[in-house]
Amino acid sequence: MSGFRKNVWPVLVVVAVIIALWYAFAVVLNSNWAYDKAKRGGYELTFTELVADTWTQKKPRLPTPDQIGEELWKSTGARIIKKWDRTEGKPFWERIAKVAGDPRNLLRHVWLTLSATMLGFVFGTGLGILLAVGIVHNKAMNNSVMPWVITSQTIPILALAPMIIVVLNSIGVSGLVPKSIISAYLSFFPVVVGMVKGLRSPDAMQLDQMRTWSGNKSQVFWKLRLPSSVPYLFTSLKIGVAASLVGAIVGELTISQNGGLGARMLQGSYVGTTILIWAALIAAATLAAVLVSIVGQTETVVKKRMGFVK
Amino acid sequence: MIDEMKNDVVIKAEKLSLTFETNDGPVHALKDVDLTIKKGEFVSFIGPSGCGKTTFLRVLADLEQPTGGSVTVNGMTPREARLKRAYGFVFQAAGLYPWRTIAGNIKLPLEIMGVPRSEHDARVKEVLELVHLTGFENKFPWQLSGGMQQRASIARALSFHADILLMDEPFGALDEIVRDHLNEQLLELWARTNKTIGFVTHSIPEAAYLSTKIVVMSPRPGRVTEVIETTLPRERPLEIRETQEFLNLSNRIRDALRAGHDDA
Repeated sequence: MSGFRKNVWPVLVVVAVIIALWYAFAVVLNSNWAYDKAKRGGYELTFTELVADTWTQKKPRLPTPDQIGEELWKSTGARIIKKWDRTEGKPFWERIAKVAGDPRNLLRHVWLTLSATMLGFVFGTGLGILLAVGIVHNKAMNNSVMPWVITSQTIPILALAPMIIVVLNSIGVSGLVPKSIISAYLSFFPVVVGMVKGLRSPDAMQLDQMRTWSGNKSQVFWKLRLPSSVPYLFTSLKIGVAASLVGAIVGELTISQNGGLGARMLQGSYVGTTILIWAALIAAATLAAVLVSIVGQTETVVKKRMGFVK
Repeated sequence: MIDEMKNDVVIKAEKLSLTFETNDGPVHALKDVDLTIKKGEFVSFIGPSGCGKTTFLRVLADLEQPTGGSVTVNGMTPREARLKRAYGFVFQAAGLYPWRTIAGNIKLPLEIMGVPRSEHDARVKEVLELVHLTGFENKFPWQLSGGMQQRASIARALSFHADILLMDEPFGALDEIVRDHLNEQLLELWARTNKTIGFVTHSIPEAAYLSTKIVVMSPRPGRVTEVIETTLPRERPLEIRETQEFLNLSNRIRDALRAGHDDA
């Protein structure tokens, strides 16, 4: 009980404070519109009426957590039930297809973003590892590639994303791939940096030891460098997967016709529905948290299996 | 007769020199070192830091390249000897791979050298028995104490049946009680396997207790000041260290170290 209190109490307090502040800010930020309405209607607002109004506006500047929660339910679970009921009498698979293809269902957009994120993450990680292996084993690559890798990250991705999409589109590549290339562009960087460090982590003694056994370069790589780099790789993957998600969303802001969480945010800002933007934002944050924690869990399992963790 | 004696020589260094070029000018790590080690000898290298004892061992192991003179290991250059797996090297740190079990660590050089997999388990069993670690095959290194890790590291160096064992301050990081214990076990191992051992240390009692031959070295430039043949019998219980003979030997080593220091 006391352990539970110790661990959960602070978290609950922080969450409660954030929510309280959130509601308070909603009153402040949305009050202008409430006063406007009152002025035009020619009536005075009491404080209670003001609060009630600011927490229930249709297009608030800052929606309240309960409004966002309601929107999240309406655009996920409620949509599924609605579609399912509407297609009553049709064959089962057709009904599933209708539910899955519902463009107003937020989960569909989560899936679109997730698939681009994963594809980009796999590309980026693969590219990152390959570059790191080259950089560690080849002096010319170390001198020539590393500066470009660093330069690549200094260019704002928002400026680069439309160019990538346009170029790829002109050579006939569209859909998932352009988005995932932007994802890969962001996620390969932490992997390169982490893996170069990890592959170089064996100390002079370990390398000498390999030499006394006359181990060749590939044996040193597979038996020493690669296993040594695993803890570094996972640290990079955690950053990489989050960066990958950002990349996919940035890509969706550019090619919004294909949907995805980025497209949802854009759509919300076009029509001035902040609730929609916030719902997509919460979905993206949840997705990021889930992805990072999956990598974290994998790390724990792998390290335990490898004997790194006591 | 002469041929037989020739075959007996395992390591032979003649006018061996090694100079490191540094920003502060050349450093003479080794200068004109002459030394012969015969098969089955236990040779300790002792001296203050910078005397080149570790460098000499590393030259034998082909980890450093001499800049003058000549050296042979089993009648070959150190490089050829390394490629022929003539020696096992034990470093100051155990250097076990944390992601491999003790058995996995011992198999590591076997995998690298291409020893058939069917032999691996037998080799692991054999060398773990030699260092008294039977039953620890499936433990990870962190589950073992520092002394046990170093024993596992010795087992690994023995696994590919090299005739020479080179040890660079292998017990330097361990406390004295563990050290005594390991010294005793090392002597037993040496008696059973009849390996030629090169052992770097900075402990006078360790050198006196273990060796058949003690090479005393001094720094700037690193050179051999005296080679002391032991007067102790091969059979050495730990109590031998309280005998007058042992104390005399220790004093001789101490005097030689001091002499080397004075004329430096």
